[in-house]
Amino acid sequence: MKPLSAIVFKDIVIELRNKETISSMLMFGLLVLVVFNFAFQPTGAERALIAPGILWVAFTFAGILGLNRSLSIELDNDCLQGLLLAPLDRGSLYLGKVASNFIFMMIAEVMILPIFVLFYNLRFDLQFLQIAGLSFLGTFAFAAVGTILSTISANTRMKEVMLPILLIPLTLPVILASVMATSAVLSGETEGISSWLYLLGGFSIVYLVASYLVFEFVVEE
Amino acid sequence: MHAGDSPALESEDIRKTFGHFTALAGVTLTFQPSEFVALFGRNGAGKTTFLKIAATLMRATHGRLRIGGTDIREEPEAVRRQIGFLSHNTYLYRDLNPVENLRFFARLYGVADAETRISALLSRVGLKRRMNDPVRSFSRGLNQRLGIARVMLHDPSLILLDEPYTGLDANAVEMLNAMLDEAVGAGKTIVLTTHDIEQGLRAATRAAIIDRGRIVFDGSSRGAPVRDAYNEYVRMGVPQ
Repeated sequence: MKPLSAIVFKDIVIELRNKETISSMLMFGLLVLVVFNFAFQPTGAERALIAPGILWVAFTFAGILGLNRSLSIELDNDCLQGLLLAPLDRGSLYLGKVASNFIFMMIAEVMILPIFVLFYNLRFDLQFLQIAGLSFLGTFAFAAVGTILSTISANTRMKEVMLPILLIPLTLPVILASVMATSAVLSGETEGISSWLYLLGGFSIVYLVASYLVFEFVVEE
Repeated sequence: MHAGDSPALESEDIRKTFGHFTALAGVTLTFQPSEFVALFGRNGAGKTTFLKIAATLMRATHGRLRIGGTDIREEPEAVRRQIGFLSHNTYLYRDLNPVENLRFFARLYGVADAETRISALLSRVGLKRRMNDPVRSFSRGLNQRLGIARVMLHDPSLILLDEPYTGLDANAVEMLNAMLDEAVGAGKTIVLTTHDIEQGLRAATRAAIIDRGRIVFDGSSRGAPVRDAYNEYVRMGVPQ
């Protein structure tokens, strides 16, 4: 746990100092909400149909921004190599980066969510907490696979472009399950939600375990 | 730190290819504890590749490498604990200050009494006065000083230094030389690459020259043979 907490603590200190990751994720997420709100101007029943998709588009693209930023910290001055020199199994380094990416994404999402509730005339009640819970699960799966894909894309020439190209197709089931579950919460029809939650939980575990196992090969020169 | 009488570093026919390019074409070397080895070679000769493989940052295409008797493929974590590696880049976070950087690495390496060690090292490399300034504000030389402190932080038994004199002023060169002399005195093994033959041979007990991925000279750092070989393979160069 010590290396994991060391990596998370280091990333938090860097973020507190330069305030670049969360602020850029927040601004981007809010812009997505504003643009879609004005583009669709959803009313009544439309809102329940469109809003979940808009929310997860905002979360997804803000998350990609956060992953790119997290990666650039490790690439600057070849710091990733410094991490790889440490006497730890490479999987522990991966878990440390997943934890910090997840924390930053959740902080940005917790700030985006109330604005979403206000924009789409929703209520700060149990629904809000349920969506926050869903975000937790969906974001975990997203961070698990996003961390390894951002490391893979680091070895490519157009890394900022490569990450979304690799990440979006792979996280499509997670985004879809999150949108469907959010839609169920917003419409109040939560009978079938458990299947989406199982899907999210399953993908989180599969992504985390598979990425943990292959991380060593991804970071090797 | 070394297992019994095992060599500090033992490489057997290490080869590394990048596509069609052969960076190392079979390097076999054995370094004993307390040896100070200067590794020379032209740009692209394979020095950095060899050090990166020894530091477990790169996997060899062929061959075996043992550090303190431990195979780097079988127990990489145990091997990394014994290694201190200074590369062209210092691996330091620019947004953190020297203390925060060293504290982070101390936690990764599980350094006991880290605060005392960090304070002593910062004094040693002359960065005590700048300990609260972000690394971003440091010159190349100051970065290199902190990089040296990072390498020494966990008291490694094998110190691999890739062009350590880059950017250092005369005082810092003196400081680094004193630290390396102390390390050798304490039984540590140093492998250092440099283009500066005088600096390289200053305290080295042994010299090796690598050319196009092969060891073309391996012997004493004293006397004419090493200088002749240096002139032949490094200064004059062999037509590519």
